[in-house]
Amino acid sequence: MRENVKARRVVTGAAVLALFLSGCGGETIESGSDGGGSGSGENCGTVNLAVNPWVGFEADVAVVKYVAEEELGCTVNTKDLTEEVSWQGFASGEIDVILEDWGHPELEQQYVEDQKVAVKVGESGNVGQIGWFVPPWMKEKYPDITDWNNLNKYADLFKTSESGGKGQLLDGDPSFVTNDEALVKNLDLNYKVVYSGSEAALITAFRQAEEKKEPLLGYFYSPQWFLAEVPLVKVDLPAYEEGCDADPEKVACDYPETPLLKFARKEFMDSGSPAANLVQNFSWTNDDQNLVAKYISEDKMDYDAAAQKWVEENPDKVEAWIK
Amino acid sequence: MTVLTASRAAFTRPGRGRLIVAVVGVFVVLAAILRGTHTLSLVPSDTTALHRWFNEVNRWVSSNRNESPLFLYFFNEIRAFVGSLTTFFQDLIAQPSYGRPVPIIGWLGVVAILTLLALVFANLRVALLVVAGFSFIGLQGLWEESMQTLALTLSAVFLALLIGIPLGIWAGLSDRVHAVLSPVLDFLQTMPTFVYLAPFTLLFLIGPASATLVTLVYALPPAVRYTAHGIRSVPRASVEASESLGANGFQRLVGVLLPMSMRTVVLGLNQTIMAALSMATVAALIDAPGLGKTILKALQTLDVGTSFNAGLAIVVMAIVLDRLTTAASRRAPVQQQPRWRRPLLIGAGLAALFCVYLSRTYVWAAEFSTGSTIGDDIARLSSTFSDWVTSTFSDLTGWLKDTTTALLLDPLQTLLVESPWWLVAALLLALAFLLGNLQATVVTAFCVAGLVLSGLWQDSMTTLAATLLATAATLLLGVAVGVWMARSPRADLIIRPVLDALQVMPPFVYLVPFLALFAASRFTAILAAVLYAAPVVIKIVADGIVAVSPTAVEAAIASGSSTWQTIWKVQLPMARPALVLAANQGICYVLAMIVVGGLVGAGALGYDVVAGFSQGELFGKGLTAGLAIVVLGIMLNRITQAAAERRRNA
Repeated sequence: MRENVKARRVVTGAAVLALFLSGCGGETIESGSDGGGSGSGENCGTVNLAVNPWVGFEADVAVVKYVAEEELGCTVNTKDLTEEVSWQGFASGEIDVILEDWGHPELEQQYVEDQKVAVKVGESGNVGQIGWFVPPWMKEKYPDITDWNNLNKYADLFKTSESGGKGQLLDGDPSFVTNDEALVKNLDLNYKVVYSGSEAALITAFRQAEEKKEPLLGYFYSPQWFLAEVPLVKVDLPAYEEGCDADPEKVACDYPETPLLKFARKEFMDSGSPAANLVQNFSWTNDDQNLVAKYISEDKMDYDAAAQKWVEENPDKVEAWIK
Repeated sequence: MTVLTASRAAFTRPGRGRLIVAVVGVFVVLAAILRGTHTLSLVPSDTTALHRWFNEVNRWVSSNRNESPLFLYFFNEIRAFVGSLTTFFQDLIAQPSYGRPVPIIGWLGVVAILTLLALVFANLRVALLVVAGFSFIGLQGLWEESMQTLALTLSAVFLALLIGIPLGIWAGLSDRVHAVLSPVLDFLQTMPTFVYLAPFTLLFLIGPASATLVTLVYALPPAVRYTAHGIRSVPRASVEASESLGANGFQRLVGVLLPMSMRTVVLGLNQTIMAALSMATVAALIDAPGLGKTILKALQTLDVGTSFNAGLAIVVMAIVLDRLTTAASRRAPVQQQPRWRRPLLIGAGLAALFCVYLSRTYVWAAEFSTGSTIGDDIARLSSTFSDWVTSTFSDLTGWLKDTTTALLLDPLQTLLVESPWWLVAALLLALAFLLGNLQATVVTAFCVAGLVLSGLWQDSMTTLAATLLATAATLLLGVAVGVWMARSPRADLIIRPVLDALQVMPPFVYLVPFLALFAASRFTAILAAVLYAAPVVIKIVADGIVAVSPTAVEAAIASGSSTWQTIWKVQLPMARPALVLAANQGICYVLAMIVVGGLVGAGALGYDVVAGFSQGELFGKGLTAGLAIVVLGIMLNRITQAAAERRRNA
């Protein structure tokens, strides 16, 4: 019986509270379309941008989205996807644009050549560089470490529980193809490739290595926001020459510099939408991208705030994209 | 038959232990001599013909998905149906819909409805927990994300029940169906999600439909299992009584079987919800909205605080839903409830309706806008804490990692990986026979053949070494903590909620601190697996020991046994069925974490799966690696099960 009374009291209490709150009133919800973009829209319509899981890509998307919405009045949807799945989106019509592609010959063959649903739009202006890196403190202490010829001399420094008595070369991001197994073999290096398995693992490893002055040799790439936090130093492998990486088994040279590419859905590019024009013209430098990436990752700004800041600082670049 | 096995057991028992030692001894000697030959190694970026064939299938699907009737009339129909169901739930509670800037029901309405459900199906305490839990999530600043996750969970659970309960009833009634379904359910639960993410997006595209379907795959098995189990454990006598009263099949089902198994079915609902919630994070990889996305985004910038805050919201939601469904399964039947409940519930119902109305009318009741900084505080505090832990303890943890790896993992892995494959295969078969029985040996033979054909033998052995070590550690921990909890109610009271939280906290959240403490290594992967598997194992052990008859324990104490002797000689042996179950579940959960292990440096099968998801060229290899994980699971399960049966018979 006691519980009975108690329970009833709670209910009446809740009802009274509710009445009281409603008495207070408050701002009501005006139904009607407030929807998304406020821009008048010069028949721009909707654009679906893929967002691949790294911050540099997010920087591209943030700026293009901001410009498309604010300047062109488009409605922009962003979709967080991995590379493979983004390409599938060209075929299904769910993705219009991939703003940064690091080279997927097989997917390009399939969707651009065979199915003809996607087109190569051109370069994004960013240049991708894959390579072997060491934390900056090592370069200071061992100045000659940036020459691959000296790597065997230092192999002992890089031993870990995972490398079976050899030096450890930490590979990592499963999204990227690597030649490292072949490189180690063909350059006769006393190293073992250890797969960390994620970008998070690689960055954590480099961050710790610099903080605690521990040796680390690892696979990394630029542009990448983390380079703004810890400027890793690249180890020079035998210079890249056209075709030296043709046979994956026999590679013995550095990775090529890769101009990063924009791809888009064919129908979208043919639609004559002003957004298609923007995507066509969009181009910026690694420094630009790293800066916006830093706004997003370190300063924790949201897409729009980060983009707005950069756009306001670089009006002429933006002007060139939308003319 | 019984006589035969019994006599054989009696005949082999004295020598069996020695025989096993002898077999292992011979293996070690041969392994040392033949080291490095016939190891079937394959470089991570290489593929075999089988892998490339899977790539071709993948490509075919992608080029034909708009023409093939299989798609037009089957997959696309499923997608449309599931998609609209999910969108309905999203519109209802999570996203602006029907031309309004807010969902159909705002936060106040959602809280009111859930509270009402708690009052109707559980009790007042749970109702208060609902209010507190969901208000907390709102204050964290994660209301919308949480509702997206909840919407996804609800639609997956709805479908899981829609499919799972009828299937479960069928499996409960028919032994044959049960025998066919069991391995399929095992398969669904062990197959790593990463493996079918990419194929699912090919079949069902991205978006809410495939997110729900991916979640469904993982959430379905408990719904089927618990229903079947409930039906099967209805006492014979009740069924026979209804038969003698002339009830036909349908009447028996509706009148006796279903009501009597209701409690178990609701427990199944509980497990289904938990499974769906834990999968909703991974679904973020194919653009499923919600908390998972917040966590994965934070991971990209190694933002431990933000991901912990979101992980906490999942934990809170899971605990609230868990208590709600658990209380519902324990509640007394309607007839025994006091008379005053009805007016009370009507009143509560009206109040809830009123709240829903408010949440549709006023902004304050629709959108959870907080001036609160709780979320930021949690994020900042947890970041600081994680930084402190990693900088303070990383020397100690580094030493722990190096020692364990050198003393335990490396020797074990060398034996399995560097030996000729046929030698390892022979060892596995011999152990399956000696520990288990002929049937287990046959299954093991098929599994070994599968692993060899997969082209991933060496990776499988690396993974097997880590799995064995992780399972052993999990069991040790499980028994130690489980016994402690069983003997001390106070310990139980404190530890259990921690275990609950560990079970639902998405592993991505503790990835970064772990990496900072233990670096990218196999040890980190093993630790993550132990952390994930231990809660289940501990709970099973604790419950098993609590269930040991108190008279046996009292008798032992009365006859002068010390605490240690009581545990070792009475409680543990009598809880053997629970220990076997714990070992079995331990293996399943450890295997479920192998892919996450691939993300933190374990390499091998886990890495193959992750890489297969990210790189088109490695798709087939990833798929094969996923299958290899399932095969490993089947093999280990069969051997442990057979070993347990043998002991019971002996």
